Amino acid sequence: MAWTRKILRVNLTQGSCVSEPLNMAWAAQYLGQRGLASKYLVSEIDPGVDPLAPENKLIYATGPLTGTMASTGGRYSVVTKGPLTGVIACSNSGGYFGAELKFAGWDMIIIEGRSPQPVYLHIENEHAELLPAGELWGRTVWETEAMLRQRHQDPLLRVSSIGRAGENLVLFAAIVNDLHRAAGRSGVGAVMGSKNLKAVAVRGTRGVGNVADPKAFMAAVTAGKKVLAENAVTGQGLPTYGTQVLMNVINEMGASPTRNHRDVQFEGARRISAEAMHEKRATDGRTHLVTNQACFGCTIACGRISRIDESHFSVDNKPQYWGANGGLEYEAAWALGNANGVDDLEALQYANLLCNEDGMDPISFGATVGAVMELYELGVLSKEEIGLEAPFGSAAALCRLAEMTARGEGFGTIIGQGSKRLCARYGRPELSMTVKGQEFPAYDGRALQGMGLAYATSNRGACHLRGYMVSSEVFGIPVKTDPRETAGKPELLKAFQDATAAVDSSGLCVFTTFAWTMNDIQPQIQAACGGDWSLESLLQTGERIWNLERDFNLAAGITARDDTLPPRLLNEPCKTGASQGMVAELGKMLPEYYSLRGWSPDGVPTADTRARLGL
Amino acid sequence: MEITLKLFASLSDHLPPAARRSNALALEVADDASVASVIESWALPPRLVHLVLVNGEFVAPESRSARRLKPGDALAIWPPIAGG
Repeated sequence: MAWTRKILRVNLTQGSCVSEPLNMAWAAQYLGQRGLASKYLVSEIDPGVDPLAPENKLIYATGPLTGTMASTGGRYSVVTKGPLTGVIACSNSGGYFGAELKFAGWDMIIIEGRSPQPVYLHIENEHAELLPAGELWGRTVWETEAMLRQRHQDPLLRVSSIGRAGENLVLFAAIVNDLHRAAGRSGVGAVMGSKNLKAVAVRGTRGVGNVADPKAFMAAVTAGKKVLAENAVTGQGLPTYGTQVLMNVINEMGASPTRNHRDVQFEGARRISAEAMHEKRATDGRTHLVTNQACFGCTIACGRISRIDESHFSVDNKPQYWGANGGLEYEAAWALGNANGVDDLEALQYANLLCNEDGMDPISFGATVGAVMELYELGVLSKEEIGLEAPFGSAAALCRLAEMTARGEGFGTIIGQGSKRLCARYGRPELSMTVKGQEFPAYDGRALQGMGLAYATSNRGACHLRGYMVSSEVFGIPVKTDPRETAGKPELLKAFQDATAAVDSSGLCVFTTFAWTMNDIQPQIQAACGGDWSLESLLQTGERIWNLERDFNLAAGITARDDTLPPRLLNEPCKTGASQGMVAELGKMLPEYYSLRGWSPDGVPTADTRARLGL
Repeated sequence: MEITLKLFASLSDHLPPAARRSNALALEVADDASVASVIESWALPPRLVHLVLVNGEFVAPESRSARRLKPGDALAIWPPIAGG
């Protein structure tokens, strides 16, 4: 079995670190990572808890394939009750931290309580201790990683930490590892900050030696890697152009939310696209993109490493930003760019670097700035209130607001509350482009009807990674569907959501599913874990996880009324593009979705559904 | 008639150098030109002609011959891509 079968329970109030056995009965039902950590969370906390109270818990979780030879098997998730949304939060990160945690011998860390003083958790194989973090508090993620490696005299120490945004309880604060990989969404970094926990630093030398059937496992992962290498998307498209290749595609379709969703096409999209990142700049003759980069064990390598233009106003006399660094990925480029009407690639990269450096979700940050700019243009917010002029398209405003939010300065503290609270504060709640308090990512729910339903029903608020209908509606994976059509979308979405929940619980990256079907993934999990991990069992596990999350959210106060979209998407048609004249037809899809899920008309899992799934 | 041909990602290399920074080229085509005839005339590698949009609307491989272009249409083509 590829689990280490050990949990590290850390009580910050008491200052204790205790090893306990993994509940293997639960592992057989929830696999690992997202699913298993969610099972622990919902079993251990009151759903009504204040997310930033000591009674909330923060769970770091690997999957059974994390740290193995499986391609992309380096993922970990952070699960908690999210402060941005008030529902379950589960944020998934790559890089090298997850595999290191597994190498140290831990499937999971459950973090409880609140430390009276700032601390960090240091793990070296079976040894775990809480150490003072006074000198680290107030430091960025980048400084924290360097200081901890220096302090422990270990250049291979892997660090997962918060920056000043998490310390300042920015409600979309991220937890960042390996400088620029992040458990990015829903504010998991604010929960860490509320607990006075600055970082988790881990060094593991044990490897993953307990794969159930090593011979079958190697055969399965080798076959899987061949599929990824030979697939045009995972073998060529993603390594060469990264996710940013979507910038022009989505814009061409008229599915790119622009200026706080007022428009669906951005005239500046080409200038901030993957293609632009490959071009030599007039200023220094260098391309923005330096290289691609892979996370642990990944044979796709979609990550972008770029170099900012040293002559750009944003980094004038700031050499710390001049080196090669992470970004831009598509979602960040969209949120910092299209959502604000900013077409300055270097400005987007600067704002993105600040998000990495101080631990903020660039999607929620960028989308919240979009709301600020609309309120500014409407005259609801003034220059005096914001501290600067903030019209749509202002790269200077974007960069300055990123600094202010990351550092907790002035109006940045209001942006740090997210779009929903900000728009409500200024009397225009309808202008918040959010679902369940979380900001939309880079696809318009009017132009892509299936994505509209995915946003409305996502268990962590507006999100593209809970059921990526773009895959079908744009790329044709696994089957091409008309993005303007509603028929068949509820059934397809349910299948996407359940399969994604299973993949997110395995330790693998969901990007593999552009090439792999569940038939490629299942043999890898089966060989690693032993027991019954048939295709049917795996998909039912995904469905069980989805319903477990739903149950928690209902207990936390969510109702069917929250499974909706902002009025702009329901009432204001797309102005241009292939879906011109269309609104999100949620009402045509939601009742069927509930029915297919085995939920009542008001969105509650029925007794039969609970019994069938063993909930 | 004139249309706009847009080639993206690795297909950009098939555009004249001056058009690569916009990924777009104004193109004079026959009045009865179809999506397929334009693709053929540019000798684009078939394996790279994956996602084909006319004015943002998807054109399936089996419809490319029958789909006639109109003046002012934007024909945009990508190789196999994905992301998120």
